[in-house]
Amino acid sequence: MPNLKDAIIEVVSAEMPVDERLMIKKHRIIGTDKTIGKRICIVTGIHGDELEGQFVCYEVSRRIHENAGALKGIVDIYPAMNPIGIDSVTRGIPAFDLDMNRIFPGNSDGDMNEYVASEIIKDCRGADLCIDIHASNIFLTEVPQIRINELHKESLIPLAKQANMDFIWIHGNNTVLKSTFAYSLNSIQVPTLVVEMGVGMRITKEYGIQLADGIFSLMNYLEMWTDSNMNKKTPIISYDQDGTDVIYLNAPVSGVYVKERDHGSIVHRGDKIGNIIDPLGGKILFEVTAPDDGWLFTSREYPIVDAGSLVGRILKKEVYEK
Amino acid sequence: MTEEILFQIKALYRDDFRIRGYRFGNGEDSVCIMGSMRGNEYQQIYACALMIDKLKRLEEKGRISKNRSVLVIPCANPYSVNTKKRFWTVDNTDINRMFPGYSLGETTQRIAGGIFDEIKKYKYGVQFASFYMPGYFVPHIRMMKTGRENIELAKQFGLPYVVLHHPRPFDTATLNYNWQIWNTDAFSIYTTSTGNIDKKSAEQACDAILNFMSKQEIISFRSYEGYISRVVESKDFITIRAEKAGFFESCVSAGGKVTKDNLLAVIKDPYTLRVHQEIYSPQSGIVAFVHNETLAYQNTAVIKLIEDEDML
Repeated sequence: MPNLKDAIIEVVSAEMPVDERLMIKKHRIIGTDKTIGKRICIVTGIHGDELEGQFVCYEVSRRIHENAGALKGIVDIYPAMNPIGIDSVTRGIPAFDLDMNRIFPGNSDGDMNEYVASEIIKDCRGADLCIDIHASNIFLTEVPQIRINELHKESLIPLAKQANMDFIWIHGNNTVLKSTFAYSLNSIQVPTLVVEMGVGMRITKEYGIQLADGIFSLMNYLEMWTDSNMNKKTPIISYDQDGTDVIYLNAPVSGVYVKERDHGSIVHRGDKIGNIIDPLGGKILFEVTAPDDGWLFTSREYPIVDAGSLVGRILKKEVYEK
Repeated sequence: MTEEILFQIKALYRDDFRIRGYRFGNGEDSVCIMGSMRGNEYQQIYACALMIDKLKRLEEKGRISKNRSVLVIPCANPYSVNTKKRFWTVDNTDINRMFPGYSLGETTQRIAGGIFDEIKKYKYGVQFASFYMPGYFVPHIRMMKTGRENIELAKQFGLPYVVLHHPRPFDTATLNYNWQIWNTDAFSIYTTSTGNIDKKSAEQACDAILNFMSKQEIISFRSYEGYISRVVESKDFITIRAEKAGFFESCVSAGGKVTKDNLLAVIKDPYTLRVHQEIYSPQSGIVAFVHNETLAYQNTAVIKLIEDEDML
């Protein structure tokens, strides 16, 4: 069995007030064949309540060690970008009430969080591919998908097609998204794919295996992994820059949402998606039905809804079938 | 004064979510004053309450000009205030990152949209704002540089400073930014505090707004002249950071004058009280911002100064 070189490396650390250091670590695995100088970064845990990527990090590492001779180049695995958020079941950065995915590219002269963000970007700079794994949030479940900003579609779509995902959603540019990790890396020519799959605070093992397959497929595409037996789905692609491919289902009233259809279901106009009920009065307040035929790729997991809460997203039939 | 519900959402178990407005005068939508949008902005509610009291008395004396109306919204997020959460109670989103809002969107987009529909028509918009970092501020007017900012108007508040700020990507979804884009002359007023009430700076801010409204002939009020505002860019603030984390003890107050080499603050080891860092002023100037929490993290901006070489 060929020997891999691997090490746990501290990417950045900062002092916390009482006897603790904040540390961001990565697992670097260097393949035995050094003629390929490529590097892939697998990143997750920017939001502390999104845990789907935890299993993927483990699974990728496990498979590499199982088939060490197949790796060429470097794999960097960053399982916890926001370690204190993960530890304290907090989406943002605890103590600062800050969304870490709104502070990139950071600032080396800035506060602790800005400094950490800038060091992370520095560490990923120069990589040939980065995969930023998210898990929707605690409210919604998503089919495995990649989201791409229209500004970076030319370079990212060919890569995304290799990732064994069910869906690629190319969305319009939005100024606010310029502060994200993926936007910052794509802007410095590190192709970065944002994966959304599953649901917050949980691990969906089946999706983890699907994405791990996709990561090895991508590594194979980049000539970093030699294995002829690759799983690669053909994804549905939505070129949705004008925002017309997807129907958003928002709760019209506050209540408790009980879903009738799971994410991934094909639905037809008038099909019941779920009910918003009133447990106090023992009534159905609203029946959520499909306004049109399509594919329910997002469904609500967390039952409590306010007026306006998203309960589902449907990709229109014409896009789905195309 | 008329009191009205500007926006409402029916809840399942809680009382309805309501945004209440207080309207003075009649006719042209002249000034809208917005208070708290986050659950910890008590000072912003207090400042609005002071404004409501002052405007009520002015209206009773017939001092609001003909065909001019003023709207005050003390709180756009009572749910978060009542639960002591800074952001939206369910999904932790920030209403002040949702403008101009969307009436068919998610809950906080709907709230922002509901507010904005009511207030985008105003000629002048004033928001009692708070900073994302915990600390005390020297009272000032802050404006985003959108290309539509009117600095001369901002000076008419008569506060000591007008601070100009280049919008970052996330600023484009704030009320102030969108007000400007929709042709309202928008100003953010920072008083000294956020989570506790500072009566002195709230009074100063209210006087500044009355001063401004008087100069625009919206009210008839013998205003104090205030300061000749100094215009400063936020990037020109001198930022002083904690080199080490620990207990933070400030030796100065927001608005205080310091000269070069004055002791500004001390950071101590929380276990031994050994001094980690003594922070001295690198320049003469005014203390614009002071961190106000016991703990300081490494690299935290604990003090910001406005340089003033002429300080005596």
